[in-house]
Parts: sequence; structure tokens; C-alpha cells
Amino acid sequence: MIHMTGVNKHFGPLHVLRDVELTVPTGQVVVVIGPSGSGKSTLCRTINRLESIDSGRIEVDGKPLPAEGRELARLRADVGMVFQSFNLFAHKTILENVTLGPVKVRGMKADEARKLGMELLERVGIANQADKHPAQLSGGQQQRAAIARALAMKPKVMLFDEPTSALDPEMITEVLDVMISLAKDGMTMLVVTHEMGFARRAADRVVFMADGQVVEDATPESFFQNPESDRAKDFLSKILAH
Amino acid sequence: MNVIIDNIDLFWDGLLGTLMICAYAAVGSLVLGVVLGIFRVSPVPPLRWIGQAWVTVFRNCPLTVVLFFCAFGLPELGVDFPDFYLWVGILGLVLYTSAFVCEAVRSGINAVQPGQAEAARAIGLTFTQSLGLIILPQALRTVVPPLGSVLIAMVKNSALVGAFGVGGELFATVDTLTSARGLPLIPVLVGVAIGYLIITLPAGALLGLLERKVAIAR
Ligand SMILES: Nc1ncnc2c1ncn2[C@@H]1O[C@H](COP(=O)(O)OP(=O)(O)OP(=O)(O)O)[C@@H](O)[C@H]1O
Ligand SMILES: [Mg+2]
Repeated sequence: MIHMTGVNKHFGPLHVLRDVELTVPTGQVVVVIGPSGSGKSTLCRTINRLESIDSGRIEVDGKPLPAEGRELARLRADVGMVFQSFNLFAHKTILENVTLGPVKVRGMKADEARKLGMELLERVGIANQADKHPAQLSGGQQQRAAIARALAMKPKVMLFDEPTSALDPEMITEVLDVMISLAKDGMTMLVVTHEMGFARRAADRVVFMADGQVVEDATPESFFQNPESDRAKDFLSKILAH
Repeated sequence: MNVIIDNIDLFWDGLLGTLMICAYAAVGSLVLGVVLGIFRVSPVPPLRWIGQAWVTVFRNCPLTVVLFFCAFGLPELGVDFPDFYLWVGILGLVLYTSAFVCEAVRSGINAVQPGQAEAARAIGLTFTQSLGLIILPQALRTVVPPLGSVLIAMVKNSALVGAFGVGGELFATVDTLTSARGLPLIPVLVGVAIGYLIITLPAGALLGLLERKVAIAR
């Protein structure tokens, strides 16, 4: 579903992605972990071209990423993205946030979109918040709304960039539960997260990044039991220490 | 006081004239300013340059110079049409004011969190859609107060159009009444000042209302 080969990306003098090779087959859940600044967000954002790349190739669903314009907009509609800071549209209600894409991008009728929107809000457990504005919701509720907004586009693949790291601990579970149920339903997912519980329960593979490189790519069991590289061992000892 | 009451019809005509000039100039500079503001944040470099150049020129030149160009420069280029001075006066006001509108709009757009535009792009909205549906509606909120100041300044600046010989405008009444009819200057000026306040004070109140209205629509 996602296929990256030889991807390089610079921010000025900073080489943030170095010859990245990564494949996410249809139906798989791949978790990306790694130290801060290792390029995880950038990796995620190149896949729907919120960041452009300097060299290499990215294919989504067998097609190379379009450069700009309508083609690119169409690709983005098929790739759901969930941000660390939710980024719900502040001037729209929760339901409007969810229905906007289907109506404006997919050309769905308003009442049909409303029905779909309510179903999705039901699914993520916040149907009773439909008419509120984002600022009136808790962080966990906002993130679940953001997931519903992405799902409304019926995406082929979902990208999550640290979806729970801006949340208070008691709200992390409610968001992870939604993500686990998505994974169970067979959604193709690329998830940047430090939630090891999620990685163990839902991931097919764990990708460890450091300094812009994919250092390890393994099943959760083998990665957590026997990390091969020193960087990964060091990283795991730090995050598992507490 | 008698000077004002006796010539109330002239003052009234001047007020209407100024209102008319300001209405045209306000619509013109708002439309042009919003377009230029969008140019300044557009992903197309030449459009950004046009916006930048426009602001640099018209925000940094005195309005008097802009009006001189319109009123006396254009005829030298052979431009002429009926009510010439009225329309080039409005043109000068629009050119000048649009630069300030552009800057207000641009700063309003920049005040919208970048995450909003990213989320809009991420669900597949085109540049125009995310601008129209997500960015501009949110920018509007922060833009109303500075736009209000810009428009009120424009009303006051419109007096210069009168000074360039456009009759039937509030400031031109000063000349009509003092030179042609030989009335004392001070009461006439007071009358004209009241005329401007009659326009600007309600305009300010209206903007306050509008500001509260867009703030609630969160
Ligand atoms: N827009 C940008 N301009 C310049 N440098 C950037 C930009 N975005 C990211 N960087 C830099 O690129 C590197 C990789 O950033 P990235 O956000 O991808 O890391 P990350 O692995 O997601 O880190 P974190 O765990 O802190 O989110 C960092 O050094 C960061 O400072
Ligand atoms: Mg990050």
C-alpha cells in the first residue's frame, strides 16, 4: 500500500531522511518509534506530501505521488492523517468537521454525509458532542473526532503522528482503543507512537528510526525481546526504564 | 451655529458626496486588498511578488502623491472620461487603501494556526477550498478590528479628494462656503468636522458590533 525507496529529505543543511526504505502492505499496522528529532514526523508527512522529498520514490496504492494540484488533493483524500495536535477546524462543529471532506471533496450529499458523520462519531464514542465546537471538547474527545474526520474520507491508509502524546494520561486509552479497533478491522496504518502497549497489541511490525535512517524493521516480539542495534537497545532501555 | 443651520443643505450634500465616494472606495479597496492579501500567501511566487510590490509602493507613498499621479499624471497619458476628478480620486483612495487592507488580511491569515491549513490539505481540499472554507473564515475574526481602523482612516483621507477639486464632497464645502459665499472659516470647519463624525462614529459602532458577532461564531 505504501512503498518508499531511497527517500532523502533535507531541511537546509540538516539531512532528516537518509535513504529510507519502508513498505506498508495492505492491512498491516506498522509502528514507527525512535528518539526525538530522528525524522519520524517528517517520514509520516512525506507520504501525503505535506513535505516534499529531495530524492527517492514514494508510491501509495501502486501509484507514485503526484507533484501538485488536483491529483495531489485526490491522493490526500485517500490517505487519512491524524496529527499530534488534533488540528480540528476551530470554527466548525464536530459534525461539520467530519462532513466537510465528504461533501467538498467527495461530492456527497449533505444529508448522506450527516448520516455517515453521525455513524463515525458513534463509532468513536462522541456522538453526543456532534454540535459542539472543538474548543469545548477534551483532548481525547478532540483526537477521536479527528480520527472520525479522517475515516469519513474512507481512506485506503491512515497515518498517525504521535496521536496520544498531547493527551493527559487518562485520555490516552480512549484514543488507543479506537485505534486498536481500527487495526482489528483491517485498516492499513502507519503509526508514530511511543505507546509500547499499542505496538505490542496491534502492530504487525515495528520500525525503529534514528538520525533519519531506518535502523530496525522487525515484529514487535523480536524488536522488544532482541533489539539488534545498540541505538535501539539504548533507546528501549530509556523508555522502558520507568 | 447659524452658519451651519443656514447652509445645512450644502453640508448635507457634502455628507452624501463623501459617503458616496467612501462607499465606492471601501468596496474597491476591500475587494482589491483581499485579493492582494491572498496573493501574498499564495504558493505562486510571481503573485507573491505582485502583492509585495503593491504594498511597498502604496503603503510608503503619501496619499497626496498618489492622488497627484491620478489627477494630473493620467491626463498627461491621455486618459480622460466624464467626472474625471471624482473617479480618479476614488481610484487613488482605492490604490492607497488596498495596500493597508492587504496587510491586515495577510496578518489575519498568518494568525490562523498552520495546523488548520495542513489538516485542510490532508483531507484533500484544494488550495482555493482550504483558503475559502478554513483559512479566510478564521482570519476574518482577527481582521475585523484592524480593517475597521483602515476604513475609518480612509473616510478621513477622502477629504483630500475634495481638496483636489472634486465638488459636492464634504471637505470641498469649506471652500464653497468660505471663498464663494465669504462665510467665516471656523464655524464652517466645525460643521465639516461634525459631518465627518456623523460618518465615522456610527461606522466605528457598527464595526464593534461586527467584531462581537464574528467572535461569538466560534
Ligand atoms: N520545517 C522544518 N524546518 C527545519 N527543520 C525541521 C522542520 N521540521 C523538522 N525539522 C527538523 O528535522 C528533524 C526531524 O524532525 P521530525 O519532526 O521529523 O522528528 P521526530 O522524529 O518526529 O521528532 P519528535 O519525536 O520530537 O516528534 C529535527 O531535527 C527537526 O528539528
Ligand atoms: Mg514528531
